Amino acid sequence: MFTFILGVTSNWTKIPSPLFKKAVIVLIDALRDDFVFGSQGKQFMPYTTQLVEKGTCHSFIAEAKPPTVTMPRIKALMTGSIPGFIDVIMNLNSPALLEDNLIWQAKTAGKRIIFYGDDTWVKLFPKHFVEYDGTTSFFVSDYTEVDDNVTRHLDSVLKREDWDLLILHYLGLDHIGHLTGPNSPLVGPKLYEMDNILKKIHTSLLSKEEESSLPNLLIVCGDHGMSETGSHGGSSEEEVQTPLLFISSAFEKRNGPLKQPELVQQTDLAATLAIGLGLPISRNSVGNIILSIIEGKTMREQLRFLHLNGFQLSRLLQENMPTYEKDPGFEHFKIAEKSHGNWIKLYLEGNNSEVLLNLGKKVLKQYLEALKILSSSLSKQVAQYDMYSMTVGTVIVLEVLLLLLLSMPKALSSRAEFEVPLSPPLFSLLFYLMCLMLCAVHVIVCTSAESLCYFCSISWLMAVGVMMLISALMCVILSAFGKMLENPKLPAKNPAVSNSSWSELDVLMLAGTVGHAVSLGASSFVEEEHQTWYFLINTLCLALCQEICRHYFLVKECDLQLSTAVKQNFDDIEETAQCRNVDIPSCDSKLGKVTSSGEFLKGSEKWMGLASPWIILICCRLLRSLNQTGVQWAHRPDFGHWLTSSEHKAVLSLLVAISLVMIFILVQRRCSLVSKIAMALGLLGVYSYRAAIGNVVFPWQQDSKDISKGIIEARFVYVFVLGIIFTGTKDLLKSQVISADCKTKSIGLWEVYSGLVLLAALLFRPHNLPVLVFCLLIQMIMTRCIWKPLQFDAAQITIMHYWFGQAFFYFQGNSNSIASVDISAGFVGLDNYVEIPAIFLTGFATYAGPLLWAIHLLCYLSSEVSRNSAAMGHGCFCYALICSVPVTVYIILVTGLRYHLFIWSVFSPKLLYEGVRVFISAAVCMFFTAMDQNPSQKIHD
Amino acid sequence: MKDTEIKRLLSAHIVSVLSIILTTIVPPLFLENFSVLGTHLIWLCICSICVTTVNIILYIILKPNPSSKRISFAHKVTKFLKCCVFFFISCILFHGIIVLYGAPLIESVLETFLFAVLLSTFTTLHCLCMLGPNIQAWIRVFSKNGAMSIWDNSLQITTMCSIVGAWLGAFPIPLDWDRPWQIWPISCSLGATFGYVAGLIIAPLWIYWNRKQLTYKSR
Repeated sequence: MFTFILGVTSNWTKIPSPLFKKAVIVLIDALRDDFVFGSQGKQFMPYTTQLVEKGTCHSFIAEAKPPTVTMPRIKALMTGSIPGFIDVIMNLNSPALLEDNLIWQAKTAGKRIIFYGDDTWVKLFPKHFVEYDGTTSFFVSDYTEVDDNVTRHLDSVLKREDWDLLILHYLGLDHIGHLTGPNSPLVGPKLYEMDNILKKIHTSLLSKEEESSLPNLLIVCGDHGMSETGSHGGSSEEEVQTPLLFISSAFEKRNGPLKQPELVQQTDLAATLAIGLGLPISRNSVGNIILSIIEGKTMREQLRFLHLNGFQLSRLLQENMPTYEKDPGFEHFKIAEKSHGNWIKLYLEGNNSEVLLNLGKKVLKQYLEALKILSSSLSKQVAQYDMYSMTVGTVIVLEVLLLLLLSMPKALSSRAEFEVPLSPPLFSLLFYLMCLMLCAVHVIVCTSAESLCYFCSISWLMAVGVMMLISALMCVILSAFGKMLENPKLPAKNPAVSNSSWSELDVLMLAGTVGHAVSLGASSFVEEEHQTWYFLINTLCLALCQEICRHYFLVKECDLQLSTAVKQNFDDIEETAQCRNVDIPSCDSKLGKVTSSGEFLKGSEKWMGLASPWIILICCRLLRSLNQTGVQWAHRPDFGHWLTSSEHKAVLSLLVAISLVMIFILVQRRCSLVSKIAMALGLLGVYSYRAAIGNVVFPWQQDSKDISKGIIEARFVYVFVLGIIFTGTKDLLKSQVISADCKTKSIGLWEVYSGLVLLAALLFRPHNLPVLVFCLLIQMIMTRCIWKPLQFDAAQITIMHYWFGQAFFYFQGNSNSIASVDISAGFVGLDNYVEIPAIFLTGFATYAGPLLWAIHLLCYLSSEVSRNSAAMGHGCFCYALICSVPVTVYIILVTGLRYHLFIWSVFSPKLLYEGVRVFISAAVCMFFTAMDQNPSQKIHD
Repeated sequence: MKDTEIKRLLSAHIVSVLSIILTTIVPPLFLENFSVLGTHLIWLCICSICVTTVNIILYIILKPNPSSKRISFAHKVTKFLKCCVFFFISCILFHGIIVLYGAPLIESVLETFLFAVLLSTFTTLHCLCMLGPNIQAWIRVFSKNGAMSIWDNSLQITTMCSIVGAWLGAFPIPLDWDRPWQIWPISCSLGATFGYVAGLIIAPLWIYWNRKQLTYKSR
């Protein structure tokens, strides 16, 4: 019926002729809407403002979908589809775009395309441009050269006639944002520069138009916005809203007051541009044509464009949705199509123009309505999930967690054995049956699946391997479970369970772990996860305070009562026995010394112990106000912003200097002489690096020297980092291979730790150095005043370390949105973008908090080995368990919530963070195991 | 003996619960535009004052820890002053802890302080009434197996419940529901109040259920 109606009316299969002759797309990276429409735009972009207010221009606010990172945004602009979240990682290394897109369509239609700017485009569209010059986008600290590289081609290109589409991608503004934020004084001149470029292009386009019949089009857009801190990736309003300007002489001059720009989707550009250039709309586009652009055309043409758009959308819907006929958008489209047919009939009959116009307007409205519903249902639909692969992954993760949980009683026993009994289950019938069944399921799923499935596309050998892994794990779990049922007395052997009932601290730790894992199901708690951790470590500190009070006061009381031998206050014999145990040796040891000094020492230790949780709490409170993160309260003023603003440079310099000295004091106490000197020089190097790149000033040099990239200084520090780590490793190897002596080992570990601290000091942004100082300070206080005197067991200490590590992740200013990753850390000491070191450095700088705490745990436990030989094993097991609990729960929750409204903006970034965290925890656990190997070998030998 | 004590405890707690319920019902009759959520600060004041008076009256009537010897008037006055100082210190301490938990330091000081006062009323004041300004007694009651009468047990339970209630009350704050009760410190103070009320109700019941197991050493 459809072909019949339109077959009569028009040759609909043919693409309509283009509306514009040449088009220039000026994409300014991180152009926020208020840079053009706000006060900054009025001040610094006079030409553009005048165009927007009075000229032949249509202005919109284009809304970008998260992730607001360049590569997915370019894809969205050119294909009109909504790219998935995995593109954030691909952003680093973009392979060619294979999807149907505007550039490919233009090239097939014989258009000549020229591109200058970000080389992501060149990677995405490798053979599409007749001429191009790419600039690398990853070197953030340069913001003039990247743009000059684009502009220098402009004069010659604008004179030439041999192109149809010119794309310019300016990166400078984004780099300024990353460096100094949206309110920096550098933004204004950059906007002014952009304004001049737009003026140049526009006048040149206008001058060319006289000769040709069709008008030219200039499009100005941003790929994403900029948050108040200057980064992007998240879904806040500042990051999502970008300006979109269509400038052409085809449009009517605006008269009347300026309205607030209309809100459109970023994906709408692809469809609009395709119509404008007379190209087919790309297959996967979910965008709508922006009506104002085609307003100047006749009603018949307008309806035809809308029909094309609607037809493409409904075809996409058919492909993606089995029940497409019931979709309200599709129904609306069918109705609109029918009335369109009627309208054409009337039109061909030469009916009264007024009636025709009104009817046309009605059809137009119907079409617009249909398009809107179609695109919204498509936007929801396009997120297709590869359920099979997701299930396989979830099952493996879940099985590993179950295995860890089931082997907990055994692994936390005094022997700390964690053995996976592989051989008996591997030869059982169940294993083979499960393998066979899973393979059968795999074959059935893969042959019947219509959509793309990752797990089906990997090689058969791999798939069978995964199947075997799943069934082996399953069998191991079952056998472990069977053993537990058979031998229920086993957990009673665990001293932690049998000896004493659960203390408040244990209850808190269990409740905190479970509560945190469950809270990840709510989007607000994911956004504000830092609050959860701050809350938990505060409570932990208070619980520790109570524990310390109990330790000191009750010991004293029972001691007193023992000596005076009055009535016993406690009927709990165990406790008094414990008190006696604690007190008598300490008294014995002090007998030889002068009693008063002994008592004095004891007293000071007690008061230090009582004060320490409060000192830690105050430290945490100070750190908390250093960086505001999250979403709801991220805009609150914080100390970090105050420090980074240019007028407080002197304060920042002082703070950095004090922090570096403090770091040295706190770290050096357990280092060997050589690494002490290396550490001092390295920290000096850090300061001079920060001075070289202009973050801080030397007191003797008040005039601002020209800013360099600080490569020499940074490499100077790297040498010391490597040197210290190398000495540490040497000590470790020595202790491992030759002497097996605990002291060398703990010195070696501490040296590795201090090397990492130095690296963190180099990579952290200068205002974050106090985080490092407080990290070291809290660790020292905890070790001296809490962990050692109170003799916590390894499991408790591991959990405390993990909690503090998590809290420090957020103290650094990180959050669960991509925007807070500091990619500038990846370029410290590098001349240009080198992939592997940059990824490593960025990863280290982001996860420095959890990593430093984990290594500190290792240092602490290795010094505890003398007291409890199984401490390292317990620590490693607990670390693995405590890290895998939230990940597993989160994976299951996210799988369940995959149709949640915030799945892309809140849950997916968190999943990425969790994924990286798993890798890091795995590396830490491997390091643990390597360190733990030694004593067991010694026992064997 | 024990059963009558439990009855006394129960009646005292019921009076306290009723007084809290009355603080939400009675003020709207006298004050215009009064609501627990809307004019939260006024409610906080009223609730603190009301609970304080009720507790003191109950203490005077019931005398949970009767001491044998007569106490001179001067001694009573010093004891009272000491109690006031203790109460004030506990308010400051609670305020400090709340700030350490992340409450704003400079903004909304009044809200935070009144919340601290409410918490002190629910915990410290109760302790002061029962035990007097005697740190040793406090440490004894709040250590394991330190309770020497059902009053000590009820004190432990109500104090724990109020603090846990306030702790749990902080959970809804980060949620993006935009409800009026999510504003600082409403959810926390409501949590503390509910915790206190729950403690008052639970304590006699718990003691009643466990009356066989509870054995108290005399002083």
